[in-house]
Amino acid sequence: MSDLNKLTIAGARDALAKGDTTAVELTDSCLNAIDGAGALNAFVHNTPDLARQMAKAADERIKAGNAAPMTGIPVGVKDVFCVKGVPSQAASRILEGFRPEYESTVTQNLWDAGAVMLGKLNQDEFAMGSANETSCYGPAVNPWKVDDRKLTPGGSSGGSAAAVAADLCLAATGTDTGGSIRQPAAFTGIVGLKPTYGRVSRWGVIAYASSLDQAGPMTKTVRDAAIMLGAMASVDPQDSTSADRPVPDYEAALTGDIRGKRIGIPREYRVDGMPAEIDALWQKGAEMLRDAGAEIVDISLPHTKYALPAYYVIAPAEASSNLARYDGVRYGHRAKLGQGDGITEMYEKTRAEGFGPEVQRRVMIGTYVLSAGFYDAYYNRARKVRALIKRDFDNAFADGVDAILAPATPSAAFPLGASDDTDPVAMYLNDVFTVTLNLAGLPGISVPVGQDRQGLPLGLQLFGRPFEEGALLNQALVLERAAGFVAKPERWW
Amino acid sequence: MSITEDEARKVAHLARIAVDDTALPALARDLSGILHFMEQLNEVDVEGVEPMTGVTPMRLKRRVDIVTTGGMADKILSNAPDAREGFFAVPKVVE
Repeated sequence: MSDLNKLTIAGARDALAKGDTTAVELTDSCLNAIDGAGALNAFVHNTPDLARQMAKAADERIKAGNAAPMTGIPVGVKDVFCVKGVPSQAASRILEGFRPEYESTVTQNLWDAGAVMLGKLNQDEFAMGSANETSCYGPAVNPWKVDDRKLTPGGSSGGSAAAVAADLCLAATGTDTGGSIRQPAAFTGIVGLKPTYGRVSRWGVIAYASSLDQAGPMTKTVRDAAIMLGAMASVDPQDSTSADRPVPDYEAALTGDIRGKRIGIPREYRVDGMPAEIDALWQKGAEMLRDAGAEIVDISLPHTKYALPAYYVIAPAEASSNLARYDGVRYGHRAKLGQGDGITEMYEKTRAEGFGPEVQRRVMIGTYVLSAGFYDAYYNRARKVRALIKRDFDNAFADGVDAILAPATPSAAFPLGASDDTDPVAMYLNDVFTVTLNLAGLPGISVPVGQDRQGLPLGLQLFGRPFEEGALLNQALVLERAAGFVAKPERWW
Repeated sequence: MSITEDEARKVAHLARIAVDDTALPALARDLSGILHFMEQLNEVDVEGVEPMTGVTPMRLKRRVDIVTTGGMADKILSNAPDAREGFFAVPKVVE
């Protein structure tokens, strides 16, 4: 078989079961593709020896007849996940040289299922960014382009998105704190699922904002997202916010039947300055769901407008606490000290050298909103607004809405270097359609539905009820089938 | 509300990030811009609303208070920039 790296998880699983290919062949095909894709800067730490060793073990397991759905499937892992013995630095200089002595629950679950580790993937530093430009490795590059300009794959899971879209791996892990799975998925024409908060363990995932962070799959198809979520999710005693619910068979939920389901169209997502193409795509998506037998209803989520400012108080506040651990004592970078420097200078110099500008900015904003005198005015107020945002969704679901359809991003992928780094707020506006979901802890999925005038992919999002990822994936499957998005980036790298 | 250079210096120190004096005006401007953006939250009526801590209505899990792991000092120290005799080493803290 040729071009094995282009297979989906489901396709590879069937080929492996039939003996048409082996995990070793699949893995070699991906390793070759990775070797030829340096220009994408997607993989930042390659683990070919580990990959071949895991592939061999997977082949033995398949031969022995006890394969799981992910056995022998080569995947990429976002740098933010701790993988034992493999550099894991969340694209930050401050974790340079860090090799975890332990394994994140998500990756352990994947390895237990027989998946094969190809390497670590690029991202924004500590997952803070929407263009992959804050990475200490330099930005990952979108395999899609329209002229000679390099486009962003989105962020923060930009390396994961670029790698899946360019067929360097069959699937990848991502994390989503404010849209970091769904926005890059939309920018690269792939599927990205952010599960319900608590569905996937956060143990061993380098923390950004603990009440918002959630790991999920980034895949070529909705079916693959169902398969991979099933392997990633678990009930984990190591994560106190892990939900005590058994993991259902998500693939079994993919019936393709959504007749009678009520899909809400939130009027507040029709924001000023939204390109006509995005609006048209959104309407087209609603029609596809209606044609499949769903009922389309207009709904209101009145506090939507306040999601971004609330997010940009809460996430930096949590980040400033989480990132306090990077002080040059236990792991990673420590600054060279001058004569007479004490421990305070060691902390301050280490953190100034180790953190990039955006991380510094968010840590300082977080420090400010948590400081005496401002805690109530900013942090507590933002947490109250967050409660209202969640209540909006609770009300919509209580009124009988099964899912909500919205655009994934306010634009298609934009050129790298286009964002104005003197105006951080302008960059934050990229997350306008995605942050609400993290604030409310709900599951959401981005599905490629069309292309813009220039041929760049555009995605729509579906938001589901808490812990009903199965139903959500089924609705996404209907959208995927109706949209028939099959375009692939033309290879230039 | 705007942040002055002095306030920016104070925040940087609280965050334990060294910021050069020449970088303070730009930092103060950035932080002010972000805070200005956050001030939209003042439009919302939050009277009687409880601040949210977690999204899932669940009681924090508890476990029996026993030692479940340990005895791995070498692993814990393996990534330290400076470790000596089973300890993390830092510049002198007390005279």
